[in-house]
Amino acid sequence: MTATAKRPDVDLSIEFAGIKAPNPFWLASAPPTDKAYNVERAFEAGWGGVVWKTLGEDPAAVNVSSRYSAHFGKNREVLGFNNIELITDRSLEINLREITEVKQRWPDRALIVSLMVPCVEESWKAILPLVEATGANGIELNLGCPHGMPERGMGAAVGQNPDLIEQVTRWCKTYSSLPVIVKLTPNITDIRVPARAALRGGADAVSLINTINSITSLDLDNMVAKPTVGTQSTHGGYCGAAVKPIAMNMVAEIARDPETAELPICGIGGISHWRDAAEFVALGAGAVQVCTAAMLHGFRIVDEMQDGLARWMAEKGYRSLSEFSGKAVRNTTDWKYLDMNFQTIAHIDQDKCIECGRCYIACEDTSHQSIAKLVDASGTRRYEVIEEECVGCNLCQITCPVQDCITMVPQPSDKPYMSWNEDPRNPFRETA
Amino acid sequence: MTDALSHLPRAGDGAALKAGFTDLHPPLTQRQAIIESQRCLYCYDAPCIEACPSDIDIPRFIREISEDNINGAAQTILEQNILGGSCARVCPTEILCEQSCVRNHDAECQPVLIGLLQRHAIDHMHFDGHPFHRAADTGKHIAVVGAGPAGLSCGHRLAMHGHRVTILEAEAKPGGLNEYGIAKYKLVDDYAQREIAFLLKIGGIEIRHGQRLGDNLTLDALQRDYDAVFLGLGLAASRQLGLIGENAPGLMPATEYIKTLRQASDLGSLPLARRCVVIGAGNTAIDMAMQMVRLGADEVTLVYRRDAEAMSATGHEQAIAKANGVRIVTWAQPKQVLIGDDGRVSGMRFARTETRDGTLVATGETLDIPADAVFKAIGQAFADDGLSDDRASRIARDGGKIHIDDSFRTSLAGVYAGGDCVVPGQDLTVQAVQHGKLAAQAIHQDIMAQQEVA
Ligand SMILES: Cc1cc2nc3c(=O)[nH]c(=O)nc-3n(C[C@H](O)[C@H](O)[C@H](O)COP(=O)(O)OP(=O)(O)OC[C@H]3O[C@@H](n4cnc5c(N)ncnc54)[C@H](O)[C@@H]3O)c2cc1C
Ligand SMILES: Cc1cc2nc3c(=O)[nH]c(=O)nc-3n(C[C@H](O)[C@H](O)[C@H](O)COP(=O)(O)O)c2cc1C
Ligand code: SF4
Ligand code: SF4
Ligand code: SF4
Repeated sequence: MTATAKRPDVDLSIEFAGIKAPNPFWLASAPPTDKAYNVERAFEAGWGGVVWKTLGEDPAAVNVSSRYSAHFGKNREVLGFNNIELITDRSLEINLREITEVKQRWPDRALIVSLMVPCVEESWKAILPLVEATGANGIELNLGCPHGMPERGMGAAVGQNPDLIEQVTRWCKTYSSLPVIVKLTPNITDIRVPARAALRGGADAVSLINTINSITSLDLDNMVAKPTVGTQSTHGGYCGAAVKPIAMNMVAEIARDPETAELPICGIGGISHWRDAAEFVALGAGAVQVCTAAMLHGFRIVDEMQDGLARWMAEKGYRSLSEFSGKAVRNTTDWKYLDMNFQTIAHIDQDKCIECGRCYIACEDTSHQSIAKLVDASGTRRYEVIEEECVGCNLCQITCPVQDCITMVPQPSDKPYMSWNEDPRNPFRETA
Repeated sequence: MTDALSHLPRAGDGAALKAGFTDLHPPLTQRQAIIESQRCLYCYDAPCIEACPSDIDIPRFIREISEDNINGAAQTILEQNILGGSCARVCPTEILCEQSCVRNHDAECQPVLIGLLQRHAIDHMHFDGHPFHRAADTGKHIAVVGAGPAGLSCGHRLAMHGHRVTILEAEAKPGGLNEYGIAKYKLVDDYAQREIAFLLKIGGIEIRHGQRLGDNLTLDALQRDYDAVFLGLGLAASRQLGLIGENAPGLMPATEYIKTLRQASDLGSLPLARRCVVIGAGNTAIDMAMQMVRLGADEVTLVYRRDAEAMSATGHEQAIAKANGVRIVTWAQPKQVLIGDDGRVSGMRFARTETRDGTLVATGETLDIPADAVFKAIGQAFADDGLSDDRASRIARDGGKIHIDDSFRTSLAGVYAGGDCVVPGQDLTVQAVQHGKLAAQAIHQDIMAQQEVA
């Protein structure tokens, strides 16, 4: 008998838009889900589901050589990732056969097929039964690919047009009995508009975000962006850690829109570890998809993701994802509803302070001159918050290199909650 | 120079010994430098800058390294310290910049390796020509006596201001202790000379060797021929033990042995004492002991009259010495040179010491340590003969060293001094560089002010 460690007693399994999976960690439609070989390895590693790399009509797409580039941090950590790949470059027949085989071998996992065909009814009508025949659990409509495909009237070209979204979704609901997840492009101004369109078309869920139009970096010697194909480049799709804040806002926008509040959301964008996933779930996601983090580190990361999430849930007393899904939505509101009477003030823990002076210069140069630098006779420096001046902007806390050295301390107040609407300083106040 | 040891056997296979005299701290690789540069927090009013005797803007140069701007980093260093390359190698950073790094805080892991990053920047700079301009010629000509770190730094800064500089140096090579005194494993191969060649590229500086003030050179003549004089004479004399037998074969100043060692083309030809004693507690004593171990001595004992804490060698250096097999004996002061029948040194007798009411006293006990050679490293002193001519002897002194004011002026108008030969600051290379630089500023201001008046 092999020794086994104790695991937290929580249930990570989900049912998302009618699709069951042993855990909420799915691989997004992309190279990690390109073919049976990858998907098998992903399932072996423990991923709860995959969205198969987007299928299209034959002849299959053809990719260029030199495909990815990155926005690096100083120590070569990948902050953001960019690609100019198209949808699958393998034939429809091979993909369908592999999907069928993999699904048979992994009945408990979620297997969703991503689709992108021309925006005509015939095309959708033709492909949908073929997909359904594979035994896949659902379909995802790739209405978001921002590079290459829109030039051919597909991908983001559809996703940026609410009428087309609604139309295509409806065709899918008409010609297939599978759950339909509409994958949204972030390359729009108001994410609620395409989400509402998907809902009108009958979508069972939305997933977001697809990648964001980007140029990550330039080769300054040759004056050309990366990735460089010969002597040229083109904009690509941006993803990875850097896009997470954008994706989370879009998820929250849909979750708190009364029209789409009930629409299941699959969160995608920059998810690299369990905490990212927990955050998406708290903002209303019922499942999450991962691409870049897996591409950079391999499928094994799902172990840490599951373990971290389960332990955190156990600590908080959540036995299943649904117990905290959407819990942060009601606390996400419009600026005008924030409490004008709330006041928080920076506090420096002098025992933790290493005297680097970063808080001082940040506040002094660019904020409210609320940190005093005191130097005693021995040359020891001490930084103190001038509480009367502090507006509670958090800048010092953000620039401080020491964890928990600066904390923002909410100030007790005897004043009641007051929104900007009620604030006498608001010249456009709605008076009752 | 090592005549006192000519009776001893030779060190042996020179090629094999070479390995012991390579870099004590190997340079960072490109990747290590980038990772290390990321550790710098880019402090504001950074304490490390305050702790650097030459005022290098450390957060700035480290940020430049992290931004892949090596020339920018090097220039930031060289602007304040033209010998930044040798300082990066010889500075006791553990009591200077790195000691003040905020990342020494309990909650952090270790200071940023400022010295090694500085070395990285200087080692990898690649300027097209010299990185500093010489201002338009002022028509002024300054004499600098001594081509040590103080004199070289002063000369370079004067050249930047457009003055012509003649450096008068007693020895055959420039560099002062960088060439003749620093431990060989700190400043390896011909680094000192390469660095000086780089420094001289600014132009307008001439070095004349075999020129010794107090011997074939007088201050009178210098003041007559030049618009100002800077003295960077260092501390050429070794302190004496004051014991009978001090001149017996087998006993000599450590600095002289090091000088020979640094110049030796074949380390194997150096005389080697199997058992040796080093008397002293400073860096010179440690350097000497370490170098004897590396040359192959069997037993090296360093003896100091007080406890380890009182030693001026840093804890870091003591630890390295111990790790290299040097035995450190404290609370023992030299009492008698033990001389064998052959008239040569056979060991040292020490008086055991202790402190009573704060003063050091002998306990009455003695300790004999047998040795084939004894090296004294009890400090350097100003060599009076440098200031022996009529005019020079009028220069006010401060406990042997040259007295200066805040602007590095000596008591004789038009004569300035800096480096080890003056009182302020520690006797360190970086301090000498700083003195030279500031003295050059002072000289420049003074003579330009005179010109305006005239
Ligand atoms: C053995 C030893 C090891 C050391 N190790 C370190 C170390 O690891 N790190 C560190 O920071 N510091 C170290 N130091 C100290 C450091 O070397 C000195 O602080 C520094 O060299 C001082 O520079 P300077 O220009 O004042 O004097 P010097 O370097 O001594 O230069 C003086 C120059 O003047 C010349 N000169 C002297 N008299 C005359 C004259 N009458 N006429 C013409 N020329 C003359 C000399 O030949 C010499 O070239 C060490 C010192 C010694 C002795
Ligand atoms: C190389 C690459 C190819 C991709 N191809 C597709 C695709 O074919 N279909 C699709 O819907 N999304 C595609 N995406 C987008 C991802 O599925 C995902 O939405 C996006 O990368 C954001 O998630 P991440 O930040 O975890 O990477 C691709 C992304 C990458 C990096
Ligand atoms: S990862 Fe490197 S080796 Fe592999 S396909 Fe891409 S470019 Fe080629
Ligand atoms: S930023 Fe943090 S560590 Fe640095 S001085 Fe301010 S409080 Fe101290
Ligand atoms: S004190 Fe340390 S962390 Fe701060 S600037 Fe200096 S080297 Fe960097």
